[in-house]
Amino acid sequence: MTEQANDIDQETGIETTGHEWDGIKELNNPLPRWWLWCFYLTIIWGVGYTIAYPAWPLVSRATGGLLGYSTRGEVVEQIDAFETQNASLTTALTEVDLAVLDENPELQRFAISGGASVFRSHCSQCHGSGAAGGIGYPNLLDDDWLWGGTRDEIAYTVRHGIRNEVDPDAHWSEMPAYGQIFEREEIDDVVQHVLALSGQAHEAAMAERGAVLFADQCSACHGEDGRGNRDLGAPNLTDAIWLYGGDPTSLTYTVTNSRFGVMPPWSTRLTEAEVKAVAAYVHQLGGGE
Amino acid sequence: MADNPKITPPEQDPKVSTLSDLPDEIPNELPHQSGFLARHQMIERSPTLLLVFSFLVVTIGGIVEIAPLFYLENTIEEVEGVRPYSPLELAGRDIYIREGCYVCHSQMIRPMRDEVERYGHYSLAAESMYDHPFQWGSKRTGPDVARVGGRYSDAWHVDHLMDPQSVVPESIMPKYAFLASAEIDGEHIEDLLRTHRIVGVPYTDEMIEAARADFLAQADLDGDWDGVEERYPGAVFGNFDGQPELTEMDALIAYLQMLGTLVDFSTFTPDPSR
Repeated sequence: MTEQANDIDQETGIETTGHEWDGIKELNNPLPRWWLWCFYLTIIWGVGYTIAYPAWPLVSRATGGLLGYSTRGEVVEQIDAFETQNASLTTALTEVDLAVLDENPELQRFAISGGASVFRSHCSQCHGSGAAGGIGYPNLLDDDWLWGGTRDEIAYTVRHGIRNEVDPDAHWSEMPAYGQIFEREEIDDVVQHVLALSGQAHEAAMAERGAVLFADQCSACHGEDGRGNRDLGAPNLTDAIWLYGGDPTSLTYTVTNSRFGVMPPWSTRLTEAEVKAVAAYVHQLGGGE
Repeated sequence: MADNPKITPPEQDPKVSTLSDLPDEIPNELPHQSGFLARHQMIERSPTLLLVFSFLVVTIGGIVEIAPLFYLENTIEEVEGVRPYSPLELAGRDIYIREGCYVCHSQMIRPMRDEVERYGHYSLAAESMYDHPFQWGSKRTGPDVARVGGRYSDAWHVDHLMDPQSVVPESIMPKYAFLASAEIDGEHIEDLLRTHRIVGVPYTDEMIEAARADFLAQADLDGDWDGVEERYPGAVFGNFDGQPELTEMDALIAYLQMLGTLVDFSTFTPDPSR
């Protein structure tokens, strides 16, 4: 195609593109200089960028860039920076005897606010964002503890978890499913006895028969008086706090099928300082011992 | 109006500029292109040429961007522990895809401090090497699930899938209770494994032969767990949904409980320059 001379617009003296629409012609103005320079600058910037940062694929790996940047390196650097900033407090927390944490108010404050963050991202899904728990997930605000409520005991539970297959040191106990041991009537009797223990309305005659069965089968873990045993995570049956419900229907289900609440071990995901921090946080929620 | 003395005709108004006021040469413009660059018009004016050259440019760009991913060492980092999915996990993964879980949940922990602190070690490419298709996702309405394995108990997953708000009141996730009543028997599981083998997952003949048995065993308290564990190290066992029947809930939880657990980051340190 040969270059064809286009009309010169008479009004402006500028060449037209030769396109015409209903008598209106398009001027062939060149691009504004500022725009062109910006365009050239972005090209120069782009070349510089690929030299400064990882970019060009070579034989076995891409060019690393003069600045030595890497996303993986950056995240490690950032985490290191925060760890260095908190190093003295974190080390102190890792080594502190939790029983005497209150003797160091600064460290305790650090532990509780750090523990609150740990709780919100790792614990709230089961125990609730306000730690009030739910059916099958213990309320951490009260002073009724299944496996102990001192800071050390809470930290142990957090570290190793409960009835999980992952951590050999996890708390472990297993209630038998009495549906395979008791007759239906016997289960009803035991349930009535448990209702009596917790001060709820019950059938006295059935509860009396249930008391015998309870002493025979249940007292080994729940205690003769039904006050539970923290070594076995056996709940106290005489109070009004129920993990799976204290009404006759829930109790019948529990006795028949048993319950098997599992908590994962957190030492695999949390550092020792984080475990201690969250224990300190949970401890001060209301029921710490 | 025309004789209104207060109105000056435009040609006499000093405030109105006319073409004659413009300088002969307008500044801030470059001279017109000529010579070689003017030939660009040839391409612009021929749709066929434009198509051919556009295709050429896109092809070169594509090759430069995509081809290196197949041979550069830093994109194919080998990581110990990653294995093909067990038959039950694979079925669970299909349910995950079928229900569109990926629409709200990503499986990609990005290398950023906030993500690493919340979800765990950032994801490695190798961790999704047997995913066809990968489930990285592009949007998080719910949290990332790349390392959800072992984070919650099986019972929590059942509670949560049946009624998410029962455990997380602020959640907007829909209920998936129907999964617990959808029984599965792994009838076509061998074909599923075989299909994945076609696209490059190294399932052995032995794995495919045992697929149906492994499928049934993983969620069966009396199943041959040792055999499954040998073929798929790190698989999670148990009656996930607590029901005697094998259901889609079992398969989905078997899948969720192994997500992100295969690489042992206490012994493996990724090359930071990658």
